[in-house]
This record gives sequence, structure tokens and C-alpha cells, in this order.
Amino acid sequence: MPHDHLSPSGHPYRADNDAPLTYWQTMEIAVRELLIEKGHITAEDVHAQIDAMDARSPAMGAAVVARAWTDADFKRQLLDDGSAACRDMGFDIGPMHLIALENTADIHNVVVCTLCSCYPRNLLGLPPDWYKSREYRSRTVREPRKVLAEFGLTLPDTVTVRVHDSTADMRYLVVPARPAGTEGLDADALAALVTRDSMIGVGIAKQPGA
Amino acid sequence: MEYFGKRWHDMGGDPAGDINPDQHDFALWEKRVDALMVLSSAKGLMNTDSLRRVLEDMGPDAYETMSYYERWIASVTQNMVEAGAFSPEELAAKMEAVKQRGGTYGAAT
Amino acid sequence: MKVQVADRWPPGHIRTPGYLRGKIGEVERSCGPFNNPEQNAYRLPADSRELIRVRFTMAEIWGADAERPDDILEAEIYSHWLTPLD
Repeated sequence: MPHDHLSPSGHPYRADNDAPLTYWQTMEIAVRELLIEKGHITAEDVHAQIDAMDARSPAMGAAVVARAWTDADFKRQLLDDGSAACRDMGFDIGPMHLIALENTADIHNVVVCTLCSCYPRNLLGLPPDWYKSREYRSRTVREPRKVLAEFGLTLPDTVTVRVHDSTADMRYLVVPARPAGTEGLDADALAALVTRDSMIGVGIAKQPGA
Repeated sequence: MEYFGKRWHDMGGDPAGDINPDQHDFALWEKRVDALMVLSSAKGLMNTDSLRRVLEDMGPDAYETMSYYERWIASVTQNMVEAGAFSPEELAAKMEAVKQRGGTYGAAT
Repeated sequence: MKVQVADRWPPGHIRTPGYLRGKIGEVERSCGPFNNPEQNAYRLPADSRELIRVRFTMAEIWGADAERPDDILEAEIYSHWLTPLD
């Protein structure tokens, strides 16, 4: 696909305003207008909610992880009550119940939702497409090491894989291990090493300069 | 396994192929569907479980042939009808009116 | 504490994955009370049910087919799906 068909983020644009109106788009417009006309919501509510979701991104999670790497008390709080720790950093995560999971030399955590596509969206933003796919949902609980290898992560035999099936009301944030050789970096520089995939558990944090 | 066995959405452990890493950016109409789900849930018209229940009842064909937010607007709409937020008759009239405005999402919205 | 997931297959909206039904694991932590989704999904008045994270070994879930028997899987299961074994 030529590069002029990609958005600034490098992803294909989704057919939207200029493509022929679809049945489901027609339904979205109709439902939104009916809910507004009947006083259940306002047009402003819709704008504000879209803005709130757009403001949520992996950068928020990365800031939480970087703080945990540099502040032992905060890390303890984060592992004890993930939601409270995120709110203390000033992040609006709504009513989300968050559990933070620490990767160590012996344990690698990875998160999946086999029943639907539960994801810590109020911290990391909307989930990637593959997270919602049949392939990821089906295989991660049965052959996590093969799945991780497809993402380019091959774990040593000494590491235990701990898969978390997000089946109900809790959401999960993996705290990846802090890379070696990052002792001199401040929290902003550290946060730049924390990828979305490392917070789902299908990757690890980047090396500085990588 | 008894009569009500494992349902289609209960995928954990099923055989499946390689993971496709392709990603798309969300369109405005998809973000609006997401917002409608969050806002109507906050108003008590639906909840996360009722969203999922309708998605599950839509069956595996919907999962394979419709996009994520197409399935969501279908579920949100059924939830709104169930909650009495509007009637199917009102929905049909509004969808017809929307269609008359133009042939693209930009023109109709 | 050791618990066994009920091997039940009722109709309706259920948050207990099929691959864990009948399996035995250890309680990892309690997540506190939540509305029972089996009622909430139908907008029925919902009972409060304790939500419990249970830890299983891959060997317990997949038997001889496990990719690595001592890898771990954890999931949230509502208390009415769990029977204490000790």
C-alpha cells in the first residue's frame, strides 16, 4: 500500500466520511440523535467522551511504569492497589479496577481476555486489533510461549509464564522489568522505553538507544 | 458436556492460526459508538454485561463478518430498545431520515 | 486455599470460561464483591458475589497437552462457581 494511504501513525485510514454510508453507520447516527432528542445524553457529552478516550494512551501507562521503576514506595502502592496508584498520579481512569503485575527475573506476565476483549482502556486507551482477534484470544491460554514467540519474545526456560485471563471485573497492567543500563535516566526517558506491548506482556521494555 | 455446551465466544484453548499484527486507526463513527456505549451505561440504560450478552447472542457469523464497532452499535441499539430508550418504530423512522440526507457518513451525520 | 470450579453448562451470559470448568486451583486473592453478571446482563436486580482470582497450573488445565506443565494461568471466578476443597 502506498504511503499516502497511511495516517500519521502509520496505520491505514478507516473508510469514513467520504465512503458510501453503511447500514451500521446509519444506525449509529440514528441512535445518537434519538438519545439526544429524548434527553438521555447531549451532543456535548459525546464530544467530551471522545476527547476523554482520545486522551488515554499507552503513554499514561508508561508514566505509571516509569514511576514504579524509580519510586519503591509507589511500586508497592501500585502492586497493592493499581487503581488508587494511577488516580494518585492524577490519571482519570473512571471506575476501572486495576491490578498491576510485576515481571521479575523468574516470572513473565501476559494478559488476554478469552471471553471478549477486556482491556485496561481507561489507562492505555483502546486495545489493538490483534488483542480482540480469535487467534490471540484462543491461543494465549493454551500456548503462551508460541504466541510470545510470534511477537518476537522468546523466554528462557528458567522463566515461568503467568497468563492472566481477564474474565470479569478486573483489568491488568503488566509492569515490565526495568532494562539494564538505565540507572542514569529520569522518569520521562524511562517512560519512552515502555511500549504498549510490554504492558500487555507480549513484549519487554526497549533498551535505551534501541 | 450437557445441552448448553461451550458457546462460540468462549474461545480459550480453541485451535487458531497465526496472529495478524495489522492495526487500523479508529474512525469518527467508531469513536462515537464507543462513546454511546460508555454514556448510555453511565445513564443506567445498559451495562458491560448486557453489552456482552447481546454480542454473544448475535453468534459467530456476526463476529466473523462484522467489524468490532459494527457489532457494538448493533448491541447498543438492542440494549436501548430493551431499556425503552426508544422504540423499533422510532429507530426505523430515524434511520430512514438519516439516509435521505446524503450518501456518505459526512453528509448524513 | 484449594478450590474446584463447577463443571456446569447452563445457558445465558456466563463469565466462567469453559476450559476452566471442573478444574482445581488455588485462591490467589479476593477482588471483593461485584454485581453477579449472570443477572446484570439481563438488567435483573443483581446479587452481590465475591470475585476470586484462582491460580491454576497449565498441567491441571491441559493435562499431557500442556505447552509447559508448570506455567501458570490465573482467572477471576465468581464465588458461586467455586467449591472449597480444604
